[in-house]
Amino acid sequence: MARVVLTGGLLRFTEGEEAFDLDAGTIRQLFRQLAERYPAIEPHLLEGIAVAIDGQIYQDAWLQPIPPDSEVYLMPQIAGG
Amino acid sequence: MSKGNGKSLNWVGTRPIRPDGVDKVTGRAKFGADNYKAGMLTGAVLRSPHAHARIKSIDTSKAASLQGVKAIVTGADFPELSSEFIPAGEMMVNYRDMSLNIIARDKVLYDGHAIAAVAATSPSIAAEALALIKVDYEILPHVIDVVEAMKPGAPILHDDLFTDGVDPKPTKASNVAKRIEIKMGDVEDGFAKADVVLEREFNTQPVHQGYIELHACTASVSEDGYAELWCSTQGHFVARAHCARLLGMDISKIRVTSSEIGGGFGGKTVVYLEPLALALSRIACQPVHMVMPRTDLFRATGPTSGANMVIKIGATKDGKITAGEAVLKLQAGAYAGSPVQPAAMCAFAPYDLENVKVVGYDVVTNRPKVAAYRAPGAPISGFAVESLVDELAKKLNIDPVELRLKNAAKEGTRAAYGPKFGPVGLVETLNAVKNTEHYKTKLGPNQGRGVASGFWFNIGGESCATLLLNEDGTIELTVGTPDIGGSRASMAMMAAEELGINMAKIRPRIGDTSTIGYTFLTGGSRATFSSGMAVVQASRSMIDLLRERAAKIWEISVEAVVWEDGQAKPAGSNAGDFEPMSLNDLAKAAGKTGGPIAGHAEINAQGAGPSFGTHLVDVEVDPDTGHVTVLRYTAAQDAGKAIHPAYVEGQIQGGAVQGVGWALNEEYIYSDKGLLENAGFLDYRIPVASDLPMIDAIIVEVPNPTHPYGVRGVGETPIIPPMAAIANAINGATNVRFSQLPMSPPVVLKGMADAQ
Repeated sequence: MARVVLTGGLLRFTEGEEAFDLDAGTIRQLFRQLAERYPAIEPHLLEGIAVAIDGQIYQDAWLQPIPPDSEVYLMPQIAGG
Repeated sequence: MSKGNGKSLNWVGTRPIRPDGVDKVTGRAKFGADNYKAGMLTGAVLRSPHAHARIKSIDTSKAASLQGVKAIVTGADFPELSSEFIPAGEMMVNYRDMSLNIIARDKVLYDGHAIAAVAATSPSIAAEALALIKVDYEILPHVIDVVEAMKPGAPILHDDLFTDGVDPKPTKASNVAKRIEIKMGDVEDGFAKADVVLEREFNTQPVHQGYIELHACTASVSEDGYAELWCSTQGHFVARAHCARLLGMDISKIRVTSSEIGGGFGGKTVVYLEPLALALSRIACQPVHMVMPRTDLFRATGPTSGANMVIKIGATKDGKITAGEAVLKLQAGAYAGSPVQPAAMCAFAPYDLENVKVVGYDVVTNRPKVAAYRAPGAPISGFAVESLVDELAKKLNIDPVELRLKNAAKEGTRAAYGPKFGPVGLVETLNAVKNTEHYKTKLGPNQGRGVASGFWFNIGGESCATLLLNEDGTIELTVGTPDIGGSRASMAMMAAEELGINMAKIRPRIGDTSTIGYTFLTGGSRATFSSGMAVVQASRSMIDLLRERAAKIWEISVEAVVWEDGQAKPAGSNAGDFEPMSLNDLAKAAGKTGGPIAGHAEINAQGAGPSFGTHLVDVEVDPDTGHVTVLRYTAAQDAGKAIHPAYVEGQIQGGAVQGVGWALNEEYIYSDKGLLENAGFLDYRIPVASDLPMIDAIIVEVPNPTHPYGVRGVGETPIIPPMAAIANAINGATNVRFSQLPMSPPVVLKGMADAQ
């Protein structure tokens, strides 16, 4: 099970729950499970969320595998100038 | 460094002459304004003379009847779009706001806001037509300053703007578009453990990206609705997506070619003239050429945010920082979308802290909508935090580099925004600066020395590359990221390294939107990383095909063929006794062995490596005038691996120079009516060569493990440390802590006088 941690504005949609364990094989599965658990979060997952898996930040990478026992952070997407 | 297969590098890490160099120095290179077509019309834009006003009516009838006027557009000619953030490539964009910013509908929200555009047979007729357009305004109260805009009773820009990020969501409109928060640990507990707690308020001004090349484009829409667009942009695929959405066109009907670009720095990731030119051309069915005058560019295109910030840090006597807290208020200009989020995430990123809290506000004001500017947001919060860290070092009587080393983020450090860092090079940049002769040189009277560090994430993203093998063994290399800082050279170097051939045999080009797959823009310090990754993969796919062809010719299995030193060779004596085949040999045989040979890659590059930098600067302050002279400047940055070190040095130097301007001179001067009074380079002063010493760039290389050559982005980090480094140096020279930008002569003079 991956340890999933939400940050920033996403916490508003999880009744304050910040971290939990999820068995998700990919980022897409993670998003789906989060949306099932907290329906209000779904549109925000599609609005530019980056996922850091064991420190490595992934953006728009639905199919990226999430290893078991990894640490997963959901954070705002990064752009740049 | 080796490629990982034990072989040393022949091209990566060297400094060859850039492939586009001759065109650039002979004037052959075509920039945004350099595309001319038969029958081309001149487009021009009418802009608001008011900071905030309701448009009661627009009468274009007289202008339309002027001989030579071929098309006029106003906001009424553009589709009404809903207010929602939708994906545009890798960006989330509120197209309603983008559309309203490009051409106003019922209200103008800043001096310079576009109201109408005309296309005419000559520039003089276009100007005459603009003068004939009659606009009836109801002038409204305006607000320029971010703190003023947040006060109860401030003029409200948008009646439908209710602060997001606050529970419950307000029912009363305000200028605060969003509240964000980043939190780690317990700052109150952290401050309780501190021996010293410092708190200070900081203010920065909006500053323009200051690109020398104006916004310019040529649009040509034919009678069947297909369009060609030539423009100066950091991302022609993104420009295409924006234009299609704003004009209600199919993406396939717009072909965009990016011109050479004379600077962008984030400011050319958005569109201003392009949709107007397309709309005018669609009416006239003639090409429309538009160039934005410099005055309009200052009035109407994005600077980065100005800000009001309060920073608080606590530390133990021996210099361990126990907590960091910040409140950041960033002005977004006329529409929501300041870079407050990355400003918050980067504020304390250089440090290994247990307790952090950052609250940020995105605030609209009657100024042009901000656009990205190198490491958006990070230089703003970095100025404040790095100034206070310097103050802490002085308070604790600890060398500022040593204090940073004691608290520096390193591999395994948890960033305040959540994840742990992989391999990063902050410590290496600090040590590089500490070990310079510069750091040990004695200072004279009225001189001071400052240090500051900075962090930027860097990004990857969608990128494509294609290699085509010509009949003579030379190669056409095409990527989709516009070349702003010499990336064509870096692309060719990586392809040459992979293929084992001379770089001169490879001609790198930037493909238009019809010649290569979707490629995100040149921004986020991603071009060399992401397009480079695509080039490496495309090269390897070509090598696989080359081995396959050699195997067919030799009638052996492809596994028995290796690619070495630009040749196909038998893998060993068991494979057979064959003369190696060069690219030239295989190109000649291509038609007879299956057809043309190419390699391509279409990827979404992941694994961007963050970059840290540390800057060291000496200044001298004239006690009589307050003028600050930058005497010496050294900047160290982790590049992961510098593909072309000269261009990495150029990025470091360029960022430092822009930071010098941000620190010492650049600001917008608005009248009490909210009108911009310094809309030109004579009065908005960016640094020129005579203002600057040589910027000594030190490239630190802590390889990014996810890139084939270890590349990290380098374009944005170098603009983060300069403002604080210079403020810290001025503090060293004057013993006055300046907490506002710019530190222009009047400000410095007053600060010194007040301190006496």
